[in-house]
Amino acid sequence: MDIRSQIAMVFHLDKCIGCHTCSIACKNIWTDRKGAEYMWWNNVETKPGTGYPSKWEDQDIYKGGWEKKGDTVTLKGAGKFKGLKVLFHNSNMPVIDDYYEPWTYQYEHLFEAEEGDDQPVARPVSLITGDPITPKSGPNWDDDLSGSEDYAKNDVNFKNLTKAEQEAMFQLERMTMHYLPRMCNHCLNPACVAACPSGAIYKRGEDGIVLINQKKCRGWRMCVTACPYKKSYYNWSTGKSEKCLLCYPRVESGQAPACMHSCVGRIRYIGVMLYDADKIEAASASSNDDLIKNQLDIYLDPNDPEVIAAARKNGIADSTLESAQKSPIYKFVRKWGLALPLHPEFRTLPNLFYVPPLLPTMAFVNEEGSYETTSESFWGAIEKSRLPMSYLASLFSAGNEEVIKNILKKLMAVRLHRRAETVGDLPEEESKGAMKDVVMDKDTADAIFRLTSLPLFDQRFVIPPAHREEAMEMLESTADVKGNTGFGFKEPPVRGL
Amino acid sequence: MSNYFFFIGLPYATIVIVLVGTIFRYMNFGFKISSLSSQFLEGKELFYGSRPFHWGLLSLFLGHLIAFLFPKSLMVWNSVPLRMLILEVVALGFGITALYGLGMLVMRRFKHKRLQKVTTKMDVLVYVVLLTQVISGLWVAYFARWGSAWFPTVLTPYLRSLFVLDPDITAVAAMPLSVKIHIVSAFALIGLIPFTRFMHFLVYPFPYLFRSYQYVIWNWDRKKIRISRKLVNGVRSKNN
Repeated sequence: MDIRSQIAMVFHLDKCIGCHTCSIACKNIWTDRKGAEYMWWNNVETKPGTGYPSKWEDQDIYKGGWEKKGDTVTLKGAGKFKGLKVLFHNSNMPVIDDYYEPWTYQYEHLFEAEEGDDQPVARPVSLITGDPITPKSGPNWDDDLSGSEDYAKNDVNFKNLTKAEQEAMFQLERMTMHYLPRMCNHCLNPACVAACPSGAIYKRGEDGIVLINQKKCRGWRMCVTACPYKKSYYNWSTGKSEKCLLCYPRVESGQAPACMHSCVGRIRYIGVMLYDADKIEAASASSNDDLIKNQLDIYLDPNDPEVIAAARKNGIADSTLESAQKSPIYKFVRKWGLALPLHPEFRTLPNLFYVPPLLPTMAFVNEEGSYETTSESFWGAIEKSRLPMSYLASLFSAGNEEVIKNILKKLMAVRLHRRAETVGDLPEEESKGAMKDVVMDKDTADAIFRLTSLPLFDQRFVIPPAHREEAMEMLESTADVKGNTGFGFKEPPVRGL
Repeated sequence: MSNYFFFIGLPYATIVIVLVGTIFRYMNFGFKISSLSSQFLEGKELFYGSRPFHWGLLSLFLGHLIAFLFPKSLMVWNSVPLRMLILEVVALGFGITALYGLGMLVMRRFKHKRLQKVTTKMDVLVYVVLLTQVISGLWVAYFARWGSAWFPTVLTPYLRSLFVLDPDITAVAAMPLSVKIHIVSAFALIGLIPFTRFMHFLVYPFPYLFRSYQYVIWNWDRKKIRISRKLVNGVRSKNN
């Protein structure tokens, strides 16, 4: 057992309102630079939809992630031989038009325009060439267009749906959507790290954050291909790749990453997970049916004395263990089993988990021709959800519908329980029955409710201290600079030649 | 006189510039070393330029290297005329491939405005030198036949004499102009390495083949943390 700690995240999709505040917070801090304008380390997509870059989930196009090969996994579109073979022209790499051409507006023109018959306007100009352009796509171009022919119909997750199910999703009264905020998953088996020919990308041992060393990056662009989530971006101006760094300067000083801190819907949770690094290969190579179970089994119980002892032996600080015990991620993912990784079939073992959304039930047009959504039960049955179970299964569980159904039932049980508690207009057998169905007791249901609806800031973000007093040693040994002269002078005071 | 400059002065100046320049740049401007790929801005036409150009040029470089390192084996191979003909035709093929690729790359640069935005003056110089190099090489291959036959007896001794610091330029001085241009532009190309995107072929990712796929860095090792009282080297950060 090789226990390591990892910063992990949970996004509660039922609470996401699709406001893009996370994306803007990230953009303002990190990617408002030349060459990085098109990058959205954090973005929010509408599902069903094609996303950003367009159709990123389709690995037949982009060849990202890992493939199972016997007892192990191999990179699908990169790797030692596959990658070096295509070094001169990377066949499966998305180009800027797959994202969008970034633009700005000529605001100065509003002030500096010559006097004329027409109102001056601020024309859109490309941020690459400076020429006037007509924007034809953008990072959230298909925002809320869940019924559109151009976007929603091309959603890659429809591949496994029957014709009838697909039809149903595009009838006006049955239309539905939910948001999917995405960012780097800081995977346990990162494909970008494995694909980097320069060895510039690495995973930090202490907290598992995946970073690109800008000095070592040579712009071979293999990470862009290899990341199945397309969360590694090539900066066309500097010729280097960049990606989400989980705001590590903030995390190290105990603050939540900017996207999480600014989240309006408070959908985001961050915390520490303990995992067994010895199980990574086996978990990523498990068969499709066991994939989701094995991926989640890698995370260990931070209250188990055996785990604590092994973690201490591995040099994990007591403060980190304490944070792991309070981790909201552990509760959502392991204790309550409510959150799932996005596309586990890419086999990178992502550390960002989603609580799937409980969507509205099917509506119909009644005999009088009016729109009808009422159902026999208080909340519509899960089976009658507008979004087919197989669609959610394609997103979150590699096609395993049982797992999704179980989670949705649990979420519904919590709702029924709270309705019975606070309003009391439900027959007791309905709420009790729902709880019994998913084997959940009252305390658990209340705990889920509290962490979902009324969590305090410190309950959503449980970040272990980085031990600044010791972290000094990360940069240099204090003994070396003790007795050196002056400020900002780090050479040992040795007599010159 | 100019022969002394071009075939003794230039090569040695090149070696000094490359050694000092690349090391200095690598140590001080690590961030500026990149393949500077423009595929992200234009991906389709690059395929028809980059692939033939790189593979063509790599094969030709390898051919020249073999002629330099194993001149005797080359002469033995060439002792049968048919084998020499095959070798020459294959080499010419690679030359034409490289020229075709280079032409596509140059055209692509000028055609797309996006690419002009990432093209520097040094990139233009790179294209000029490369075009000179490839065109003069093809010229030599066609008009100064058969290169593979005379290279081992004329150029290999010259290059070797440079390496043993006893330059002998009598044979080179008697070469036709096209060969001289080819040699001079080769030295210019090497001398430009520290100042241009040519840096990227010095950082070709060979080490990738020998490392494990996953790469984890501990900034500091809690188990081996060093005691400040002891002034011995402990485990230092691998990242800074």
